[in-house]
Amino acid sequence: MANTATHDHAHDHHDHKPHGLKRWLYATNHKDIGTMYLVFACVMFFLGGAMALVIRAELFQPGLQFVDPGFYNSMTTMHALLMIFGAVMPAWTGLANWMVPMQVGAPDMALPRLNNFSFWLLPFAFTLLLLTLFVPGGAPAGGWTLYPPLSLQAGDSFPLTIFAIHLMGISSILGAINVVVTILNMRAPGMGLLNMPLFCWTWLITAYLLIAVMPVLAGAVTMLLTDYFFGTSFFAASGGGDPVMFQHIFWFFGHPEVYILILPAFGVVSEIIPTFSRKPLFGYESMVYATASIAFLSFIVWAHHMFTVGMPLAGQLFFMLSTMLIAVPTGVKVFNWCATMWKGSISFETPMLFAIAFLFLFTLGGFSGLMLAIVPADFQYHDSYFVVAHFHYVLVPGAVFAIMAGVYYWLPKWTGRMYNEKIGKLHFWLSTIGVNVLFFPQHFLGLAGMPRRIPDYSTQFADWNMVSSLGASLFGFSQLLFVYVIWSAVRSGEKAADRPWEGAHGLEWELPTPAPYHSWETPPTRSVISHGAMH
Amino acid sequence: MANATEHAADKYYVPHESPWPIYGSLTLFVFMIGLCGWLNQWYGPWVFAIGVIMLIGLFVGWFAVVINEHQHGMYNMQVDKSFRMGMLWFIFSEVMFFAAFFGALFYARTLSVPWIGGEGVKIFNKLLLFQDFNATWPTNGPAALGPRDDGSFETIPAFGLPAINTAILLLSGVTITIAHHALKEGNRKILNIFLAATFLLGFLFVGLQAYEYVHAYTELGLTLATGIYGSTFFMLTGFHGVHVTLGAIMLLVIWFRTMKGHFTPQRHFGFEAVAWYWHFVDVVWLGLFVFVYWV
Amino acid sequence: MTRHARTALSATAFAILGSLAPLAAHAEWGNLNMPVGVTVLSKEIHALHMTMFWWCVAIGVFVFGWMIWSLVAFRKSQGAKPDTTMTHSTKAEIVWTVIPVVILVIMAIPAARTLIAIEDTRNTEISIKVTGYQWKWHYDYLGEDVKFFSSLARASDEARQLGSGVNPESVENYLRDVDNPLVVPEDTKVRVLLTAQDVIHAWWVPAFGMKKDAIPGNVNELWFKVEKGKTGLYRGQCAELCGRDHGFMPIVVKVVTKDEYRTWLAGQKAGESTPADASSEPAADSSPTIAALPAAPQG
Ligand code: HEA
Ligand code: HEA
Ligand code: CUA
Ligand SMILES: [Cu+2]
Repeated sequence: MANTATHDHAHDHHDHKPHGLKRWLYATNHKDIGTMYLVFACVMFFLGGAMALVIRAELFQPGLQFVDPGFYNSMTTMHALLMIFGAVMPAWTGLANWMVPMQVGAPDMALPRLNNFSFWLLPFAFTLLLLTLFVPGGAPAGGWTLYPPLSLQAGDSFPLTIFAIHLMGISSILGAINVVVTILNMRAPGMGLLNMPLFCWTWLITAYLLIAVMPVLAGAVTMLLTDYFFGTSFFAASGGGDPVMFQHIFWFFGHPEVYILILPAFGVVSEIIPTFSRKPLFGYESMVYATASIAFLSFIVWAHHMFTVGMPLAGQLFFMLSTMLIAVPTGVKVFNWCATMWKGSISFETPMLFAIAFLFLFTLGGFSGLMLAIVPADFQYHDSYFVVAHFHYVLVPGAVFAIMAGVYYWLPKWTGRMYNEKIGKLHFWLSTIGVNVLFFPQHFLGLAGMPRRIPDYSTQFADWNMVSSLGASLFGFSQLLFVYVIWSAVRSGEKAADRPWEGAHGLEWELPTPAPYHSWETPPTRSVISHGAMH
Repeated sequence: MANATEHAADKYYVPHESPWPIYGSLTLFVFMIGLCGWLNQWYGPWVFAIGVIMLIGLFVGWFAVVINEHQHGMYNMQVDKSFRMGMLWFIFSEVMFFAAFFGALFYARTLSVPWIGGEGVKIFNKLLLFQDFNATWPTNGPAALGPRDDGSFETIPAFGLPAINTAILLLSGVTITIAHHALKEGNRKILNIFLAATFLLGFLFVGLQAYEYVHAYTELGLTLATGIYGSTFFMLTGFHGVHVTLGAIMLLVIWFRTMKGHFTPQRHFGFEAVAWYWHFVDVVWLGLFVFVYWV
Repeated sequence: MTRHARTALSATAFAILGSLAPLAAHAEWGNLNMPVGVTVLSKEIHALHMTMFWWCVAIGVFVFGWMIWSLVAFRKSQGAKPDTTMTHSTKAEIVWTVIPVVILVIMAIPAARTLIAIEDTRNTEISIKVTGYQWKWHYDYLGEDVKFFSSLARASDEARQLGSGVNPESVENYLRDVDNPLVVPEDTKVRVLLTAQDVIHAWWVPAFGMKKDAIPGNVNELWFKVEKGKTGLYRGQCAELCGRDHGFMPIVVKVVTKDEYRTWLAGQKAGESTPADASSEPAADSSPTIAALPAAPQG
């Protein structure tokens, strides 16, 4: 028996790599699974982006040129679902898969088979979701927020959407459990929680959010399902229910969800800025506490998405004040990053450029968020393009830029090869200019009174919409460069050193480059750990 | 098995590649697309049925592998701990799932139903929309939804069957604890008997619950479609019932394993996981008993 | 230019752009900012918006300035040596926790004050029930027995069809015109009672500073009082996704003098011009006393 046991120990077959299709289908290796997550996320980003381009094409000029208004609504809905659940969340899980075991000194994730299960649920979930494009009645068109009664007017797409969301939810919960258990149970002996890199911390807290709120989303959509098929009246006043109740339950999930999308970004940026400033992260502990505070607060601010539903005054005041409070821990983070760069020795490689853009543009998006939190002002902003501008600033140059920064940063460790710095920088500049041309004018549109989720608009909004659409194509097509630069690095990049970045800290850089198939077959010793931390 | 613990904590366990995860994903896909097609009336329940069969295959197959590995001592204490933590966090996610439905219940009872009735700032609801509606609980709403022509319905009093069911579940909580202690003390006979008692109580509970449902549907005018009361009542007790059924089946499986001599006094993750699950189901029921049936 | 200088320069240019860009939202530069409205509340809201905006600019100048300073002053290419001992400072962290809290409190006070004013529906003089339909509005002057539907004007509706071939620029008030505008008097506190027939809509007239959801099975309230002398047409749109033609259910409010309003109302009652109300009007009946209803208690 002991033989069987040791047989399965990784250290008995160094770099034993399964081959062919089985390697991917039956994967238990965190790196393979991480890669699949990242590739999947990239595909979804392009699909979701293609839908965004449909949106922007229709909005290029006033008048309906290309699509039916119903299809336009499907595009918005699907674009958001694909981007959030298909691109950003899986990208974070992919990065967690790659980096968490390497950073805590483990050979793999704690529950490798479950890990593969979490991943493989996603292609099936999105098959279900994308199938809706081809069923009678078309894809869901009620917005990604699925508000009833509108979402209940869907055709055959309805159960497909609901079950796709269930599958995504199961995937996220299991993936999150894996991260929690890996971090809490698989750390190398001698690595305390407060020695962990910030990426692990932010992901730990993100995982907690996921486990807490994904089931709530599952509950909400299940109620939609029974309202649709089985005559329950959760969201119908005729039976004593309330459409607004859905919004409460949805946003109880939905607000923490936006921090699920951004907390790991905080982690990545907290790794990259110190590296390229050649200085330890300023205020490590306060970063951890700030992240935890953001997560805690995220549970009590949800109704700031619903200021116009007619809540009692006390409720509006409470949600306004709690929402504003989030600026405090977020500010702590921003200031800590600034202080990290202060008196550093800064160089501007591509990951750092993306991190810097994150710093500026996320903060900008945070400011508009704060303006949205002011209830009376939100009566004007709500459901206008001002909101669209806000959340794209935090999501695109926020979350997506951080993902790209992370990919550029860790790619040499993953593949053993360096990307082309010139093309990387070009990608950065095109993206950064593009994203601002794309989303900045949307502030003006919103303030001038353009509602969101409309396929056509009056002529007074024409100019800025055209600018925004031009920005969209610039930003969108620049992303082909991203794929190219990664692809060419993997194929034929220069060999990378074990520690390609002069100022890099952390256990992942103590591993050889490219990282061995099983990261830490024997746990790193204390001296390795402290070397990794100090360097 | 004894040598399971001999694997030092400094050696990690990484399982071989496995077909089960992707089979599992495919299973859920078939299951759900079957359900979609059935609900949409594209085709009958056949695809769904295939999904169910595949699901059973999934549990049997995947768990067999894990049980086998466990029996062959391939899991060290660290793996054991990972499993326990994983299970606890999974149960936490279940708690949050129920929280959504409890939230709906509380929201409806304390906010939306009174508002429909015109309470506080919502006075115009009464003046303009629902002049004749009196906000009371239980309610099936201004339209008096439900199977009866006059829209009336009755509820199930707490201190009838529900109280008996409460006693049954509490008792089963005791029996599983006794079984657990017996396992730790190596008293297999007591273990087997009390474990059997636990799942029997579980199935008894499900049986009584089914009886109660039939009663509600046929005699009380209380169905899923009986307004918000029927909705919250059946969704909460229904999901709970599903969990009890699954829990009881899991207990049954564990019982087969104890009969075969599985588990040691020190190492019995499978048993503990099911026991935790059972306690969770128990606690949810207490919440249901108090907030759905009683107050 | 060296590579590093170039990098630094472009980073600086980008940073300056980033911090200056919000300035562009200021009113002077055209159609960029929230328009100032014609009601007391909308003016307060506008002021609040501008206060928030300037706070953000001020904080932005500080943080973006700090960032740019660091990026420029501590370039490795300029020989900057890192100070690796600088890892934390409790004092600094307390400062940058407390100061934002203070700023937030300062922001919250006027916001709360305005909000309380918005919720104060006492002493309204006219009550109008507004019902959202897919995809038009229904207006019901409570107690007056005047009610009608208001939908997208014909010209816009024809032009907006997919492939209509009509240039939107050639249509006056494209998508912002209706057949029957809502008519209200100036200098009068008008209460709008919002509900919907099918799905959720939202009634939004930017110049009144007010937006509120119209939810089936629920009545929401908002009020506005157009300042004296501000007669004219004010346009808005449905602001909650309500299905296929959500983009095509505009709102037009015609503000008239009190006299004109009385004349108009009398004319309506006499069955003048405005198309007869569709018979599909929902059950709720407007009792004559309803206009004089007390304000709902403050919650
Ligand atoms: C990554 C995602 C993300 C993030 C991080 C945020 C962050 C924030 N968001 Fe955003 N939000 C979204 C994603 C996100 N949001 C999405 C997707 C929607 C729309 C959903 C939909 O309807 O479809 C939305 C909508 C939304 C609304 C609803 C608008 C409406 O529909 O009417 C509100 C209202 O309060 C809001 C507020 C905030 C606030 C206060 C923050 C704060 O966390 C921001 C805090 C940051 C800062 C303030 C900047 C840095 C701080 C300092 C430099 C310190 C000093 C500052 C001060 C003292 C002011 N958001
Ligand atoms: C992480 C989330 C995320 C991301 C990354 C994005 C990215 C983008 N979004 Fe997204 N968006 C949302 C989340 C996101 N969005 C959400 C939540 C909503 C609200 C939905 C709702 O109202 O319900 C929304 C709504 C929304 C709207 C408002 C629609 C409306 O209200 O009517 C618009 C309009 O401009 C828009 C545009 C864009 C654009 C141009 C991008 C660009 O950044 C995309 C750039 C990427 C690409 C363009 C990919 C590259 C593609 C190609 C190069 C083409 C080749 C294609 C193939 C090979 C297949 N989005
Ligand atoms: Cu009505 Cu949107
Ligand atoms: Cu939010």
